[in-house]
Amino acid sequence: MATTVDQAGANTERAKPTIKDLKGRADPDWCPGCGDFGVLAALKQAIVELGLQPYEVMTISGIGCSSNLPGYINTYGMHTLHGRALAVATGAQLANHRLKIVVTGGDGDGYGIGGNHFVHSMRRNVDLTYIVMNNQVYGLTTGQLSPTSIKGMNTKSTPFGSVENPINPIPLAIAAGATYVARGFTGQQKHLVELIKGGLSHKGFALIDTFSPCVTYNHDNSHEFFKQRTRKLEELGHDPTDFHAAMAQGSAWGEVIPIGLFWRRQDLPALDQLEPVLNGGPLAHRPLGVAPDVAQALINELM
Amino acid sequence: MKSIDLAIGIGGAAGQGIATPGDILARIFVRRGLHVNAYNAYQSIIRGGHIFLTLRTSDEPVLSHGDTLDVLMPLNQDSMNRHLKLMRAGSTVLFNSDTITPGAVADGVQLCPFSVKALAPGIKGDLVQNTIALAAILRLIKVDFAILQEILTLQFKRKGAAAVAENVGVARAGYDYAETHFTAFPFSLPDTGKRLAFFEGNQALAMGGAAAGVRFYCAYPMSPASGVLHWMARHARQLDIMVRQVEDEIGVINMAIGAAHAGCRAMCATSGGGFALMTEALGAAAMMEIPVVCINVQRAGPATGVPTKTEQGDLWQVLGAGQGDYPRIIVAPTNMADCFKIVPRLFNLVDKFQCPGIILSDLLLSEGRSSIDPAELDFNVPIERGDVIGLNGDLPAVNGGFQRYRITESGISPRALPGTPGHMHVVATDEHDEDGVLISDEFTDPVKRRAIHEKRMRKMDGILPLLDAPVVHGAADAGVTLVGWGSTEGVIREAIQQLAGAGVVANNLQIKWLVPLHADAIASILSAAPKWIIVENNYSGQFARYLRAETGLAADGHIRKYDGEPFMPHHIVDGVQAILSGAVKQYVPVHEIRV
Ligand SMILES: Cc1ncc(C[n+]2csc(CCOP(=O)(O)OP(=O)(O)O)c2C)c(N)n1
Ligand code: SF4
Repeated sequence: MATTVDQAGANTERAKPTIKDLKGRADPDWCPGCGDFGVLAALKQAIVELGLQPYEVMTISGIGCSSNLPGYINTYGMHTLHGRALAVATGAQLANHRLKIVVTGGDGDGYGIGGNHFVHSMRRNVDLTYIVMNNQVYGLTTGQLSPTSIKGMNTKSTPFGSVENPINPIPLAIAAGATYVARGFTGQQKHLVELIKGGLSHKGFALIDTFSPCVTYNHDNSHEFFKQRTRKLEELGHDPTDFHAAMAQGSAWGEVIPIGLFWRRQDLPALDQLEPVLNGGPLAHRPLGVAPDVAQALINELM
Repeated sequence: MKSIDLAIGIGGAAGQGIATPGDILARIFVRRGLHVNAYNAYQSIIRGGHIFLTLRTSDEPVLSHGDTLDVLMPLNQDSMNRHLKLMRAGSTVLFNSDTITPGAVADGVQLCPFSVKALAPGIKGDLVQNTIALAAILRLIKVDFAILQEILTLQFKRKGAAAVAENVGVARAGYDYAETHFTAFPFSLPDTGKRLAFFEGNQALAMGGAAAGVRFYCAYPMSPASGVLHWMARHARQLDIMVRQVEDEIGVINMAIGAAHAGCRAMCATSGGGFALMTEALGAAAMMEIPVVCINVQRAGPATGVPTKTEQGDLWQVLGAGQGDYPRIIVAPTNMADCFKIVPRLFNLVDKFQCPGIILSDLLLSEGRSSIDPAELDFNVPIERGDVIGLNGDLPAVNGGFQRYRITESGISPRALPGTPGHMHVVATDEHDEDGVLISDEFTDPVKRRAIHEKRMRKMDGILPLLDAPVVHGAADAGVTLVGWGSTEGVIREAIQQLAGAGVVANNLQIKWLVPLHADAIASILSAAPKWIIVENNYSGQFARYLRAETGLAADGHIRKYDGEPFMPHHIVDGVQAILSGAVKQYVPVHEIRV
């Protein structure tokens, strides 16, 4: 039992939620073996371990296999348009900054069509936890190139091998101003849970790019591939407050692919903390209407 | 009867300071209770080009910027060359004879040259001629110098006593020179004893949003909609409104949707190009059943088009915005008071019906300026949020198993705000069942799809009876009905007054609520009209085509304009006469001035 201040600002005794409480209305329709199961499990576990109430959490996604996640978890949820989850989430966060907002989606959704919102959400340091299920391919549309697909990859849209360079979201996020930048792997559940908990507890924009292999359309970057190569940054002696080390580790891609927390800074306020209009509590709960003296002042400006 | 009807034109290059004398004149007029209508013709450059401000005032409401000028104040030779030929007997032209020479001029036009060098020796700066001309105009309409002195004192106070003295001195010289050298107008500017306010349409829309309780406003800058953003940003902290400039218009509308879902009244504004980027999300708002208001301030298209010119060319874009059928409300305010009043009204509707609402304005309405009786700016408006659980953060009895999209007769299902205990659910842009679970992927079910689609669309049936049916304005026995939509109301009604003078009895049917449309009411009015003509600011007769689709009726004639400038009353008068004479079925007026 923990005493916390809930949405309404009332002190209530409440039980910690269990994994069962978080079961969504639908069962996942992902392919058996899809990495996304691991992300869903880790997210639920993180929520349970942090003792967050399901109604305080909102899970917001775009469109893609991975973006179906909000339907599989019993929190408030929005399953928005392809690429638009971060924009919707920013609006929701500023409208009610007491909500804990988790954004979930795929690499195509976030780094492709949603790229502009991705960069600007990070520069604004919006208080969101963004979990990208990075499978380096477009799953839902049956296997085309994604912005993180490796050079040379054969997909339905690149039958002769891709000639383009992929995006590496880690250095991109650090450069763009995200204040918590991590990479997880669904094959390392405990580690992933810790990274998500870290993101949820972080005030500001947290990116958790997660290798979440697509067993159906990406045979290059499989579970096995990552199992052999991923190394935890903690074991590599990385300091997440060292910008240059973070950029260097984040850029590494080869026989060793680091996972873990690359970068964190806690000295920057999140966007909602910079806006005095939020001082009176969540905007969503404020009474509407303009006081007569204020209305008169607005009219006087025109006279 | 009007005791005065005075139109003043001030022209020059961008950067020559046209706005200041315009603002000062407008303030003097409205403080005396005179009505004002102002239109500024400008281009998309910051320096140079040609700007022309028309400011028209009367003791009666001013419906448009009119046809003629009584005073011309050209600030450079270019403006003199463009406008002098339009000046007629009884009018006055004031100009700096140091730099500007008049050309051929009609009989009875009073030329009023003044020399800046002689009147303000040694004083530098381009703005001196503006001050002298302004003072001279005020002398010609017999406004006391003390009033100008007070305004200039206030305006230059920040720059110190020397600046005040210099400007008041220059103005005095201009005022006195006009008294001894020029012939005044045969009236003194009246004072009705009642002050009016003066604002632009974008301010009216923004203030309407404030009155409605908008708590979240976001936008990406785009002419001619940026005025709404500027007003909101300036007043954000005073009114506790979250105002954000977003990375693009796709982000804008999606952010507004997120804020609206969380419980704020959320609004955004853009022009046609930005609106094009928003369209997918408007359908998303309808699918997730989230109320949000979007303003499209039309400018001349297509593409980047003519950014600083007006048009009513986005009707079909807005009608067709987004894939699929979805419930929404589209309204085109018909005057500036309407811009203010329509916003709280629309928010109540979209909150009740949980769908997007679109306001279709245009440059003429949004950047045009008008006087308004301050009593019309009533902020104490009814606010109806509809069926919402958890508003104001209250804690309802926990129930679980909340059916967000419960099928109801009205199509309206109660919504619950995120953060409310016991009502967790998912809103989805994929098709979903009553409980929010997707039915689009693995288990597509035609019966469920039909039921939920019909539930959503049924909301449209409930909206229509709540909208005022359009009514005819003017003579019941008119020989011709002029049909317009949105911003053209004022100019059409002024044209009707002019037609009456020429013996043609016309009336006006101005359509404001576009979707849903009172098609039956409109059809019965138009079937009874001896003749009807559609007046619209676009090339292809977008509204004529829409009306035909919705009513099966075709107009007897069309008056269209798509050169970027708004209609002047005589354009419509000429068109009506040409059509009634049988000479043409479609009339496109020539805009006489190049601005
Ligand atoms: C505007 C728009 N364009 C295209 C699509 C089709 N589409 C759906 S999901 C998707 C990509 C999915 O890839 P990703 O985001 O990486 O997610 P995954 O399915 O791999 O989890 C695309 C292109 C869409 N729904 N909307
Ligand atoms: S297609 Fe790939 S990403 Fe989609 S559910 Fe199957 S394995 Fe997962």
